[in-house]
Amino acid sequence: MKFAVIRFPGSNCDQDCIHAINAIEGASAEYVWHKDSSLAGFDAVVLPGGFSYGDYLRCGAIARFSPVMRAVKSFATSGGIVIGICNGFQILCESGLLPGALVRNRELHFICEHIHIRVERHNSPFTNATWTGAVLRLPIAHGEGCYFAEDVVLHRLELEGRVLLRYCDARGRTTDSANPNGSSDNIAGICNEGRNVFGLMPHPERACDPLLGSTDGLLIFQSILEWPASPLRRVA
Amino acid sequence: MKAIVTVMPKPSVLDPQGAATAEAIKHLGLDSIGRVRIGKSIEIELSGAADESRLHEIARDLLSNPVIEDYRLEILP
Repeated sequence: MKFAVIRFPGSNCDQDCIHAINAIEGASAEYVWHKDSSLAGFDAVVLPGGFSYGDYLRCGAIARFSPVMRAVKSFATSGGIVIGICNGFQILCESGLLPGALVRNRELHFICEHIHIRVERHNSPFTNATWTGAVLRLPIAHGEGCYFAEDVVLHRLELEGRVLLRYCDARGRTTDSANPNGSSDNIAGICNEGRNVFGLMPHPERACDPLLGSTDGLLIFQSILEWPASPLRRVA
Repeated sequence: MKAIVTVMPKPSVLDPQGAATAEAIKHLGLDSIGRVRIGKSIEIELSGAADESRLHEIARDLLSNPVIEDYRLEILP
């Protein structure tokens, strides 16, 4: 499976993504520059973390108008797998590919630490190698990671099973004190209606090697690899 | 000509910056203080006449995010 890792000016997790994906058997990753306009030949697209365009105006606001985003949109619309990590999640929301927005953390600080998340649904291309209720440990690193959406949108996300990840404590309880940034309903990751576009604030690519303290991030990439043959695909 | 776009967080969106600033103002002894909201003001210089509907489009699509923000457009001579 061939992954495209999009590089915007200011992306800084692009190399981590390339490294993590290339280390997985059956997967390969290549950079795609933000001025490119084609994603032909790729099976999945990664919008990596960082500070595209210096986070000027709003996080992800300017990246949204990059030439490559037109290709990402049509790739997503035709059912292609798109994962946005951290700044990538912000770009997906700004582009309207995912609902809601990511605003300043509740406590105003930039947070850089390992947190726990609970898998809310495993019937998706991004979580099928895990199980509903699984608690993963992944790092976060963001100043604007507080997920916000109107109540009606939150209700719909819930109803349609599109909240894939929630912040929780080590035992899987989604308490307020386990919510690092004040996100609505402890939301850490959501997908679109077609379940092929996924945004999450935690960094799976930084948790793919035992040296880094966790390998739980591999489960997200392995899910993408296993999805084409997954029996869950029919019921998703 | 000049266009000024003022972007403010929607009332329903938590504004922690505004809340922290309100606390600081209270520490300065202004007891009558209520809610503080922080937004931004964007000045756009224009040569020639302003295309108001185009400016509204830009304010809506780029300068603000309608999910979390409202904007106000003013055109000055």
